[in-house]
Amino acid sequence: MNFAAQINSILAALILLTAFGLLVQRRIHGLLHLFAWQGVFLSISTAVVGYTAGAHHLYISSVLTLALKVILLPYILYVLIHRLQIHKDVETMLNVPTTMLIGIALVIFSYHLTSPIRELSTLVTRSTLAVALSTVMLGLLMMITRRNAVTQIIGFLAMENGLFFAATSATYGMPLVVELGVALDILIAAFIFGIFFFHIRTTFDSLDVEQMAKLKEED
Amino acid sequence: MRIYPIIIEILQIAIVLILAPIFIGWIRMLKCWFQGRTSAGLFQPLRDIMKLFYKDVVLAENASWIFRFTPYLVFSVTVLAGGIIPILSVDLPLSATADVIALIALFAIARFFIALAGMDIGTAFGGMGSSREMMIASLAEPAMLMAIFTVSLVSKSTSLSQIVQVITHTEFILRPSMAFAILAFILITIAETGRIPVDNPATHLELTMIHEAMILEYSGRHLALIEWAGMMKLFLFTSIGIASFFPWGIAAVDNMFQLPAAIIFMAVKFCIVGIVIVLIELGLAKMRIFRVPEFLGSAFLFASLGMISYFILE
Repeated sequence: MNFAAQINSILAALILLTAFGLLVQRRIHGLLHLFAWQGVFLSISTAVVGYTAGAHHLYISSVLTLALKVILLPYILYVLIHRLQIHKDVETMLNVPTTMLIGIALVIFSYHLTSPIRELSTLVTRSTLAVALSTVMLGLLMMITRRNAVTQIIGFLAMENGLFFAATSATYGMPLVVELGVALDILIAAFIFGIFFFHIRTTFDSLDVEQMAKLKEED
Repeated sequence: MRIYPIIIEILQIAIVLILAPIFIGWIRMLKCWFQGRTSAGLFQPLRDIMKLFYKDVVLAENASWIFRFTPYLVFSVTVLAGGIIPILSVDLPLSATADVIALIALFAIARFFIALAGMDIGTAFGGMGSSREMMIASLAEPAMLMAIFTVSLVSKSTSLSQIVQVITHTEFILRPSMAFAILAFILITIAETGRIPVDNPATHLELTMIHEAMILEYSGRHLALIEWAGMMKLFLFTSIGIASFFPWGIAAVDNMFQLPAAIIFMAVKFCIVGIVIVLIELGLAKMRIFRVPEFLGSAFLFASLGMISYFILE
């Protein structure tokens, strides 16, 4: 293993660690910080892959990630949670150790799923594909286990991080046009989420999505 | 029969016996300095142990042989463990007798008997302490084994001497698996040796105590032996950590001239570990006992991630 590959695998490990951190963090401020850190690691990792593979368009993706996922999105969410006055909330979570164990099982599952691709691929980054897939899975698990709407959105954004990482590690990144499109989508989505948060709260007086079960008819 | 390894072995056991209380003294001294108090000095734990040996033993009327036997067993098991872990040199005759897994089992024997002795007298505190200790042990040991397996996977051996030799003689690679294993190991060491945030070693007669609750009925030389063993346990866990993750500086086989350097390296490493422990203890408050499963669950998570990332990323 050369030095760049070592750095890349360390960054992959850190991304996986932040994904687990997001899964079990109770405080919403902590979640935002973890999400921003995940973006930082993702951005550095993209730049390192761009350097080793000589794929210079990855530098643009890296800067884009830094601007969007480390600065802009956390800032929007930060303003949102302050406007909604939930920045000091501590989410009630049941059974953290079990969630962790399911998370570990998901990582093993992703490894098993990507091992045939690993055999075929010749890229430097092929081993990080399993980490990318498990980041997606962990984001999904976070959306399932959490009940707060804001936390679910962070889980969704973490999933997107995983997809971006998968694209970088499987094929040295998507074409730039696609990436720009996705970035724009995410940005627009963040604004729409913001509007929806306010709507959910005015209707239900809470951001707990369990409250939506009230919508169904009594029988 | 060569004489050099035997000298090293005796030297090492002497080091474990003497330096373990001094290491505790160092931690207490640092803590005092950080909190702006005057410390009692490096040798105060040693003096405390000596004082306890002069005092009489007060035994409860219904104390069985387990209660009297436990201090000697715990002390000797800990000293035996001290003869196995390479601290100065890998040239230890005893290290062939037990690998890391057996070493963990040795500590488990000591814990088992302390828990029995805690329940032996029949006081409420003893039983409570024993049950808490067993809960922590049942969560910490799987995580500990996973962390050790990660190190063993990297170095292809479960013998600590072998691990030290392999890691010092191969080229250094940044390994995510080892980083995860270090994190897990730090959390486990805190839980196993009863430091803040899992247990507070400085309290007696507090409802939240764990280790102290079990040994509340001990006095005199029995208490001295158990306290001494507890100090050695922290020293030995630190040594296991140093041997598996930062073994550079430990003298190689048959190399007498590396010994002075090895002693200096050891002193520096233990000083740094002391500072880290004090910073952790000052920065955190003791957690509720129902949070401990989460704490050790994350240790297990780190250890498993270390093992998985060995296969995925390396």
